[in-house]
Amino acid sequence: MSEVASSPVGAAPAPVLEVRGVVKAFGDNVVLRGVDLAIGEHQVVALIGGSGSGKSTLLRCASLLETVDDGQVLLDGEDITDPRIDADRVRRRMGVVFQAYNLFPHLSVLDNVTLAPTVVHGRSKGEAREEALALLARIGLSDKADEFPDRLSGGQQQRVAIVRALAVHPRVLLLDEITSALDPELVGEVLAVVREVATQGMTIVMATHEMGFARQVADTVAFLDGGVLLECGPPAQVLGDPVEARTRQFLARVIDAGRL
Amino acid sequence: MTPGVALGAPSELELSRRAWRQRRARRSTLVALLSTLLFGVVAYLVVTSAPGWPRVRTTFFSPTVAWESMPEIGAGLWLNLQVLLVGGFLVMVVGLLAALTRSLRGPAFAPLRIVATAYVDLFRGIPLIIVLYLVGFGFPALGLQGMPTSPFVLGTAAIVLVYGAYVAEVFRAGIESVHPSQRAAARSLGLNHRQTMRIVVLPQALRTVTPALLNDFVALQKDVGLISVLGAVDAVRSAQILVGQSFNFTPYVVAGLLFVLLAIPSARLADAVTARARRRQQSGSLL
Ligand SMILES: Nc1ncnc2c1ncn2[C@@H]1O[C@H](COP(=O)(O)OP(=O)(O)OP(=O)(O)O)[C@@H](O)[C@H]1O
Ligand SMILES: [Mg+2]
Repeated sequence: MSEVASSPVGAAPAPVLEVRGVVKAFGDNVVLRGVDLAIGEHQVVALIGGSGSGKSTLLRCASLLETVDDGQVLLDGEDITDPRIDADRVRRRMGVVFQAYNLFPHLSVLDNVTLAPTVVHGRSKGEAREEALALLARIGLSDKADEFPDRLSGGQQQRVAIVRALAVHPRVLLLDEITSALDPELVGEVLAVVREVATQGMTIVMATHEMGFARQVADTVAFLDGGVLLECGPPAQVLGDPVEARTRQFLARVIDAGRL
Repeated sequence: MTPGVALGAPSELELSRRAWRQRRARRSTLVALLSTLLFGVVAYLVVTSAPGWPRVRTTFFSPTVAWESMPEIGAGLWLNLQVLLVGGFLVMVVGLLAALTRSLRGPAFAPLRIVATAYVDLFRGIPLIIVLYLVGFGFPALGLQGMPTSPFVLGTAAIVLVYGAYVAEVFRAGIESVHPSQRAAARSLGLNHRQTMRIVVLPQALRTVTPALLNDFVALQKDVGLISVLGAVDAVRSAQILVGQSFNFTPYVVAGLLFVLLAIPSARLADAVTARARRRQQSGSLL
């Protein structure tokens, strides 16, 4: 995929996003127990792990939707978990796509995409509109620009959500199981968009249950288990020949479920 | 109707279904008409056969008294309408401000939040009539410079205080009904709290609460009649004066009917909006 593809994660030079010893608890439930992860420029990291292992929590901590209980998150070397930092400014440099309820239902597709560029980044309406239409054309949805989200299929909605996140030119794109609310036949079209975005050189962290896709597109697969990053490396190694017994167990379950 | 099949020529099956539905609809209408008629006749017979009916008819349903009281009660109703329009607008403003204040996060806003919460708790708990007395008679008694003494202003203020608290809770419920992911999506695009509220949360909340707001508006429509306790010559007070002069209760019936007439359009509008909201939520489903 890229020049840093083969280097182990911790050693990537000047990572775009770096998670250092992040701890997060909800009450007594300690969800993240000191997670370390570094994502280099143009890297695609797939975050895998069972339900409740903390994938979403890690992404929410990284995008400052949750405050961490310990550790740091650095964006381009800047500690964004520092409470003195302006969180709104930091969030402008990241794109996030969630599992569901992504698009704003009361705004048209075009308005969804142009909202942040105009309101947050102060770009002119015309300019934002032009870029949005170009992006929509790339994912084959130009004809839906004036529709409202409820008139779109789930797959189309998620593709628009990706485009909306890209419209602000983020440094890194965080994707949280963006296909798991979709019918199987719609998964492909969404993953195709992610694949294209990855090929263009976008730095991506994605939580996913699509092991096949992770194997093809990711440079690094990180296995999260009980709030600990158990294993992290090239997809062929983590998915094909895992070191940890827990990883093997997890993959065996996934294979049983027919997802590999 | 049926995609994939050549349109324009419905099948025998569909035609028979449509015919059956039409028959059933006609029968339902007929049943409804008959039962309404029957109910009306029975109610009429019961009331008119009551021993006191002749007296009630002359003291409550006298056409001449009704006709003569119309202009004064109508003029009074105009005052109620003004209170309704001015008050309704202010209720929205106060309710929205209180709801937004309660939704503020951060310790710096704690005093504001506490004031807003106290306001809502207090004025949702007190009967409107007591607030009317306290505001209507208490404020002027303070004798402060520039304190308005008109029952119109004081009555409207009391109504706005009470209804503002109700409407604040309606707005708050609407704000909280917007899925948290919507806020997360907005914040992760870099929108700040205010932008998120204004552009993403409030427009969706308003849609959800419109039926509830319209219902509160219908309730407000009759409660504006309570300003009469402060001596404002509104529809209720005019009727009261007329009753006192003529010892005939017909003016009350007239005032009551006028209030009903005022309420019917908004009640129907509330129904229509509620039905539309429900349809939009479950488009396609039969239930
Ligand atoms: N806002 C919250 N409040 C309390 N507990 C939470 C909250 N969010 C997550 N948790 C808990 O944190 C744990 C990890 O949740 P998380 O959503 O990160 O898992 P996940 O790996 O994304 O799982 P899935 O694959 O099902 O999405 C769970 O036990 C969950 O109950
Ligand atoms: Mg999750």
